[in-house]
Amino acid sequence: MRIVVVGHGMVGHRFVEVLARDASAVSLETPIDVTVLCEEHLPAYDRVQLTSYFSGKTADDLSLVAPNFFEDSGFKLHLGKGATEVDRAAKTVTTTSGEKIPYDKLVLATGSFPFVPPLPGKDRQDCLVYRTIEDLEAMKVSAKRSKVGVVVGGGLLGLEAAKALRDLGLETHVVEFAPRLMAVQIDDGAGKVLRNKIAALGVGIHLGKNTTEIVDGETCRHRMNFADGSHLETDMILFSAGIRPRDELARQAGLDVGPRGGIAIGNECLTNDPDVYAIGECALWEGRIYGLVAPGYQMAETAAHSIIAHEKKKEFVGADMSTKLKLMGVDVASIGDAHGATAGAQSFVYVDEPNEIYKKLVVSADGKKLLGAVLIGDVEAYGGLLQLMLNNMDLPDNAQALILPSFDGSAKPALGADALPMTATICSCNNVSKGEICDAVAKGCMDYDAIKSGTKAATSCGGCAALVKQVMNAELEKMGVEVKKDICEHFAYSRQELFHLCKVGEIKSFDALLDKHGNGQHDGCDICKPTAASIFASLWNEHVLKKPLAGLQDTNDYYMANLQKDGTYSVVPRMAGGEVTPDGLIAVGSVAKKYKLYTKVTGGQRIDLFGARLEQLPLIWKELIDAGFESGHAYGKSLRTVKSCVGSTWCRYGMLDSVGFAIQLENRYRGLRSPHKIKFAVSGCTRECAEAQSKDVGVIATENGWNLYVCGNGGMKPRHAELLASDLDSETLIKYVDRFLMFYVKTADRLQRTSVWRDNMEGGLDYLKDVVINDSLGLAAELEAQMQYVVDTFQCEWKTAVNDPEILKRFQPFVNSNQPDDNIVFVEERGQIRPATPAEKAGRITIVEMA
Amino acid sequence: MLEKICTLTDLTPLVGVPALVQGEQVAIFRLKDGNVYAVSNYDPFSQANVIARGITGNLKGYDVVASPIYKQHFDLKTGLCLEDETVSLKTYQVTVDGDNVLIAHH
Repeated sequence: MRIVVVGHGMVGHRFVEVLARDASAVSLETPIDVTVLCEEHLPAYDRVQLTSYFSGKTADDLSLVAPNFFEDSGFKLHLGKGATEVDRAAKTVTTTSGEKIPYDKLVLATGSFPFVPPLPGKDRQDCLVYRTIEDLEAMKVSAKRSKVGVVVGGGLLGLEAAKALRDLGLETHVVEFAPRLMAVQIDDGAGKVLRNKIAALGVGIHLGKNTTEIVDGETCRHRMNFADGSHLETDMILFSAGIRPRDELARQAGLDVGPRGGIAIGNECLTNDPDVYAIGECALWEGRIYGLVAPGYQMAETAAHSIIAHEKKKEFVGADMSTKLKLMGVDVASIGDAHGATAGAQSFVYVDEPNEIYKKLVVSADGKKLLGAVLIGDVEAYGGLLQLMLNNMDLPDNAQALILPSFDGSAKPALGADALPMTATICSCNNVSKGEICDAVAKGCMDYDAIKSGTKAATSCGGCAALVKQVMNAELEKMGVEVKKDICEHFAYSRQELFHLCKVGEIKSFDALLDKHGNGQHDGCDICKPTAASIFASLWNEHVLKKPLAGLQDTNDYYMANLQKDGTYSVVPRMAGGEVTPDGLIAVGSVAKKYKLYTKVTGGQRIDLFGARLEQLPLIWKELIDAGFESGHAYGKSLRTVKSCVGSTWCRYGMLDSVGFAIQLENRYRGLRSPHKIKFAVSGCTRECAEAQSKDVGVIATENGWNLYVCGNGGMKPRHAELLASDLDSETLIKYVDRFLMFYVKTADRLQRTSVWRDNMEGGLDYLKDVVINDSLGLAAELEAQMQYVVDTFQCEWKTAVNDPEILKRFQPFVNSNQPDDNIVFVEERGQIRPATPAEKAGRITIVEMA
Repeated sequence: MLEKICTLTDLTPLVGVPALVQGEQVAIFRLKDGNVYAVSNYDPFSQANVIARGITGNLKGYDVVASPIYKQHFDLKTGLCLEDETVSLKTYQVTVDGDNVLIAHH
């Protein structure tokens, strides 16, 4: 069978690759004889990565043709030779050199050409297009004699071209007819963020500009006149205003073409002639032209399978147009119905202006399915979102969390790799399904690189990298292969493993831990050091400022106060259960007044004092300690507060003394160091005024005793606590809480809240009940004893600090001066202080004199 | 010109110390290997004088300090921010003479 392919671009080459691969696997009646005509002088290269040609890549680097591909396959490639005519009756193709090549099957992969708007002046010197390596060569030559360059067209390709101009060292502008950039893929909000980002890179962006003519310039070679009367001068112009299918050969041969161009094809990629196929950007399927490479690849596969009568015949039934790319260092992704054009579509939008991040989800009218998304600046969610849409999966509850940032280590609603069907396409560039990745793992690809080379997944745009890893890890775990959860580059262990290593080896210093179990060549980092400090504190409970431990602490722990945005600290004295005497209140008030601190009642029923400079902290604490207060540990990953309602003592409905019990609990667990901060609440009756079900540990009084709830969470990812045990007396409840907390402290990951820890627990709540109530692991006594040790060794860190001159030295403003930091400036607002803004600091607004 | 700022015993290894050098706020660090580094105490991301309060460490072979506010890492040798190469801290030349720590200023 004689097959002639016209065009050797990305899609044409993919077609011959599939043909070479599959023809040998399928028993063919007649051997195939393949001829490829390539108009360019270079064999197929990666047009998607074209700009990298300017950052040092060579034509060879960009080549898509494996070494010896044509020699090995026996296929013939004619470089520098195009087709001028197709004679369908005689079944021949005439080449630019005049010869006639006979075919049994003809494949048109002629691609597209760049559209140049019909402007007067468009053919002037240094007016170019951006499509082939030859075009790039011309750009290089032109750039040498130019200072300013303009790209006409602010779409995906236009912005790529602008990057190329910038890389060539030109002052670069983008002129776009539409009122925003990338009008096809993204919406107004995203366009604004993208525009700001690209403008910040020094590229001039001119939107809503209709160029009417190009004439001689005054300061540059050309002057572009716009319909609104404005103009722009430039030495060089690149047209990148879209593409048009190259269908002239098909027209000449009398094949069906669309009203606006494109060779009409059906699901087998056949034209109206049963022996002629069209694939890629020259093809028109259901009135659509796909200007992306992934759909072209799918067409190539379909046509190849159709020609060799492959038993796994594939139909082309349309393609997803989602894209993820980096434009001038700016991450941009668009998925599905990005504009929310579907009837009833609703959207969630997250905009972070300071960091120039824009994210939008488009969901169905019933909120259950993802229809589309736009991501600018942070595209981490791309792979997961794409799968949700492609596989028509149900969205998790609180779908908006999929685009919200995670500040506190709380996990996002997970799109487990397990939830995906085996047929799900993970890598759409190379058409790799979840099943193929699983197969590769089964065949021995045990790491990411092996998967990549084994399946080609994640080797093109890389948008699916995170998902490929997830699928691989899930498979490896199923096979019993350990998946590493290293906390950082210094320790190849999870927090839980480090905890056990410290306990078993009685390790009490970071150096010993690093020498024995870490990368002892180097110092640690700001991830492993505080983790180690927290583990040591849970196990040995020594003072956080003891010398070898001091350098491990986050600033909050180191200065035992909460660092605020301007470098000052806030101070929170403990008010167990929220109970405070009038004298206590007066004392706190006098300290606040004396040091001119901002005071606020917190959500945890305490009083926070803001605006203390480093050197004031010991003075403030001295006075608070004298008034009977102790540290509230508001700065630590530790027990924060035990909130309570009024309880049976005063309340008409109270069943039990919630205040008394809250105080008892707070005093028991105060200062306990844990993977994340812990909050408790005790409610005196089921009216739940203390909101105990949103806490890590919630206690609610009933007629028969206390009900114990665990693993709730307020904050940015709320989770209701679950009932662990009911009708408990105080003593049993404390036992259970001891076991629960210690089990959490020992087994949770770094910065993992109880809610996330619980969600990741195999066996779920039943397992937790077994461990805590039924002592299924036989650990109950040990857990209780460890908690008792922490309780018995409690000390108020501040009391120790104010009596230790060595520690007090650290609160000096400077090692060589006692002058306060003059960059700390306050302004009055509602009768109290607040940090001055930069404008206020610059003296544009009067500031309050501070003593 | 060299100015004596403090003594080595004032510098707990791996814990930063703020100092005033000719009116400029400087953060001084003494690492495990005994090397002493000085960089600006002013965190360009938070615009607060807090670098001395950061945790020191080593990332990808660089000795670094992490800003305690938004956690960016700065190379102690060059002052360069690992997360954003367009940002860096001013660095100061440190000389240790016996027990004395001296910092150069211009």
